Amino acid sequence: MDFELMINSFPRLLSATIITLKLLSMSLFFGLFIGLFFAVMRMSKNIIINKFAYGYSYVFRGTPLLVQIFIIYFGFGQIEFIRNSILWVILKEPYWCAIIAFALNTGAYTSEILRSAFQTIKKGYIEAGKSLGISSKIIFYKIQIPIAIKQSLPAYGNEIILMLKGTSLASTVTLMDLTGVAKYIISTTFKPIEVFIVAGSIYLFMTFLIHNLIKFLERRYNY
Amino acid sequence: MNIFKKTIISVLASLFIIGNVYADKIKIGTEGAYPPWNSKDASGKLIGFEVELAWTLCRYIGQQCEIVEQDWDGMIPALLMRKFDVIMAGMSITDERLKVINFSQGYADEVASLAVMKGSSLEGMNTPEGINLTLGGSSVKKALKTIESALAGKTVCVQTATIHQNFLESGDVGSVNVRTYKTQDEVNLDLASGRCDVALAAAVAFTDYAEKSGKPVVLVGPTFSGGAFGNGVGVGIRKGGSGAIGERDAKLLNDFNKAINLARKNGDISRIATKWFGFDASM
Repeated sequence: MDFELMINSFPRLLSATIITLKLLSMSLFFGLFIGLFFAVMRMSKNIIINKFAYGYSYVFRGTPLLVQIFIIYFGFGQIEFIRNSILWVILKEPYWCAIIAFALNTGAYTSEILRSAFQTIKKGYIEAGKSLGISSKIIFYKIQIPIAIKQSLPAYGNEIILMLKGTSLASTVTLMDLTGVAKYIISTTFKPIEVFIVAGSIYLFMTFLIHNLIKFLERRYNY
Repeated sequence: MNIFKKTIISVLASLFIIGNVYADKIKIGTEGAYPPWNSKDASGKLIGFEVELAWTLCRYIGQQCEIVEQDWDGMIPALLMRKFDVIMAGMSITDERLKVINFSQGYADEVASLAVMKGSSLEGMNTPEGINLTLGGSSVKKALKTIESALAGKTVCVQTATIHQNFLESGDVGSVNVRTYKTQDEVNLDLASGRCDVALAAAVAFTDYAEKSGKPVVLVGPTFSGGAFGNGVGVGIRKGGSGAIGERDAKLLNDFNKAINLARKNGDISRIATKWFGFDASM
């Protein structure tokens, strides 16, 4: 074990963690909107809208994230039509390709989490509100939303942790995130165990923080 | 014991045994993604200059061989962890690598070059045809200066952990915006897509790609050799330690050096090199 290498590589890995966190927060931010949008579509009575949203989540949950990021990065880059379009401004950058892939992927999972949270709200709660003469708008904001948040928190916390680990795939499209820099250090020192232990510990620590944040929120929303 | 239990136990047992059986077959690690040095044909079979050379060298050594595939960025760690015995993967002999592993004498050498897509502003760079960084001199310095200003503000793509990456990060051509890829194929794809302004690799890697894909990839600037580009490509072997395993590693180095001598004398290396490179890249 080369402890000196572990200590020396730590600051470099830590600064790469900023890229990882940026990727995570950006994709979660966009993913939440995508998820909410598709969750609402999934609850629609219109069969076309419903099936479209179902198809989206089916495709993105049914294929590996690595394949999705490769299609968006290397695949789209091969198509002349896309390269000549305005889209290329965004798709040219590995950073945005990664965020698009991550957001679409987490969006699919988030839509399922939110849909099931809304659907598990017992009819009785809503009827209780109605019998008290509360308007349906207030029922939505004061009864349905808080219950849905509480219901979806454990599953969404899991999704954040999965997404954190998923960001390591950004290194496959040339981004220097935590995994990318770890691989870079290994390529010059030829010592994978030491460097991956440090990188793994940083991931573990971030997971620890996310886990506790979710636990804290779960307690807060526990009535 | 019923047959089902027996099967499960033997399958589980084999999982542990396979990793440990010490077969006296020489295992050769290669990447299979760096044509014409080593690559795969449509059916997934390993082919290329080094694959054919490996079989020839094994014949001279008089031992059975097995060629194993390994991703480039894990090549040296995999050798050190004894996943295979030697590396034959277009790996140049450099001082940096010699700190960690041994190399046999070189068996082939090939120059590196920058490449761009046709129509790039880098075309027609005014430099000598080839520069040798070990020789140095005023013309080399002048050429490096020209390259430095040509590369300024450009995204330069290379495969990770290569002599080409080392050169770009050595400071010889100033501070370059380097982007690294896992394989040369990916470098080629992004050069063609326009994400890379310019790429650096073995010249033959680009000409091979241009020929096979029909994409207008053109070589620019001088060809590079010496210095960070190393002293030819050799067989990478673990540094012999103590004990029987260490002795085996030392013997491997000796055997490969002898086999390369024989293959060179009999004209095998230059024959195989000419077949795959289109010119005699042997040394």
